Amino acid sequence: MIWLWSAILFWLAAWAFNAWAARQPFARTRAGRLAIPALFGATLLVLWEGVVRGLEVPGVILPAPSVIWGTITASVPILWQDFVQTILKGGLSGYVIGCGAAVLTAIAIDRSPFLQRGLLPVGNFVAALPIVGIAPILVMWFGFDWQSKAAVVVVMVFFPVLVNTVAGLAATDRMQRDLMATYSASYWQTLMKLRLPAAMPFIFNGLKIATTLALIGAIVAEFFGSPIKGMGFRISTAVGQLALDMVWAEIAVAALAGSAFYGLVALIEKGVTFWHPSQRARS
Amino acid sequence: MRSVLPILAVLLAIVVLWYGAAIWLNSQWTYDQAGRAGVEVSFGEVVADTMVQERPVLPAPHQVAAGLWEGVAGQKVTSKRSLVYHGWMTLSATLVGFAIGTGLGVLLAVGIVHNRAMDMSVMPWAIASQTIPILAIAPMVIVVLASVGITGLLPKAVISAYLSFFPVVVGMVKGLRSPDGMQLDLLRTYNASPMATLWKLRLPASMPYLFASLKVSMAASLVGAIVGELPAGATSGLGARLLSGSYYGQTIQIWAALFAAAILAAGLVIIIGGIERATLRRMGMGQ
Repeated sequence: MIWLWSAILFWLAAWAFNAWAARQPFARTRAGRLAIPALFGATLLVLWEGVVRGLEVPGVILPAPSVIWGTITASVPILWQDFVQTILKGGLSGYVIGCGAAVLTAIAIDRSPFLQRGLLPVGNFVAALPIVGIAPILVMWFGFDWQSKAAVVVVMVFFPVLVNTVAGLAATDRMQRDLMATYSASYWQTLMKLRLPAAMPFIFNGLKIATTLALIGAIVAEFFGSPIKGMGFRISTAVGQLALDMVWAEIAVAALAGSAFYGLVALIEKGVTFWHPSQRARS
Repeated sequence: MRSVLPILAVLLAIVVLWYGAAIWLNSQWTYDQAGRAGVEVSFGEVVADTMVQERPVLPAPHQVAAGLWEGVAGQKVTSKRSLVYHGWMTLSATLVGFAIGTGLGVLLAVGIVHNRAMDMSVMPWAIASQTIPILAIAPMVIVVLASVGITGLLPKAVISAYLSFFPVVVGMVKGLRSPDGMQLDLLRTYNASPMATLWKLRLPASMPYLFASLKVSMAASLVGAIVGELPAGATSGLGARLLSGSYYGQTIQIWAALFAAAILAAGLVIIIGGIERATLRRMGMGQ
């Protein structure tokens, strides 16, 4: 019981400290912006550990963070093998193919208002559908290895990126295009020098949404059949053996990979769209 | 209405492409069968055969439509083969999860807007948690809840709620902050309490944002319910149909379940769109 109470006490104390710290000038600095959420995250972990130990929750329902950390350090080779299979081979290759195809398609249909009016509503509709459902079909077509996972990812990321890119290509205003016309710029010059750069904030919005979808697609597709490695495979078999510490270890890796992937895309966005108000305001 | 023709053209193109792909993908099996039987088949016979196979690689659109019709109208509603029955199982979990997720999301957003400490500590984690493939833990949630004795509707609803929760938080925080300084100052000159400001200014101003995120979270919550049905053990629901179809190679069943899910998603989003239009017009914000 002592574990439970001390964890709750720690959580309340940290929360009070956070409430106090958020009102200080320190909270406006860069360090404060990082420290306060980090402290909150740490309190959640402590609370979790305290509740599991204090109430003696069995490991098959919820393992404590310390146990999960032990599993992670003990099975690095397995986790690394699954990471390579699912994220690098399945997720990343599908992400690159899907996003590339979507941007190229958007540029291709950009010249035809007829196709745009027809494709945009259909694309918006498809983007809202439960596309994960095609995973069993694609696994049937492309086999159990990473190719089928990449195919699922391609389909999942295609429509959000397509819709955002088409919206982005329409983002320039008449004045800017007129200016290009007075320069006697060709279609391709206008595209490369004005419209694609202007579309970048929209494209990156789509790319950021697609990072999460790519991971989900790659992992969920493995529930429908996979070789004996991969994060989805490991999760579904470990659940079957009630080895929940292994499941949580995979989830931790997936969360870390997802955040890193998102952060990487956000970093590239910062470099490419440095001129956009949403990027300028913060620095 | 001027976009009806282009949409129809695109849909027609998709159907034509689909038929072409069905002939191309299914012809392999036909050739194999003919080769084994030792007969020559003409191209016309191949095309005719690819349209009516039992377990095609890619069912032709009319086969899927027939499968869908068979599942919806050809069975008693209570039958295990009826798509209405499975659709209802999924829909009920979706709606319960959507209600829980939306309620929690709005409450959390109100807290975030009114409490600076909560804003600084919770908001970054809410955004970071979006980057985590939550769906991947769906099987674990199901199994763990089942081992505590909770089965049936609720575990699926929990996953739905988790997925539909974050779009609402992010959208509502944006919406509750959308009143500009002038409007907030006006309420301050009225000596309005934070509660009154919330009810009379912030909540009404957030409605357009709320509906935009409701559409996203409804779609997400349906995906959550379907994925929640994937782990072994679930015998009813559209996700279970997908899984059993993929185990037994019943491609038509998979496609029919997929289209039923798509129609369900579209219907739900359209209903929210209708409520949105009516509400916004009533509030004087409609177009």
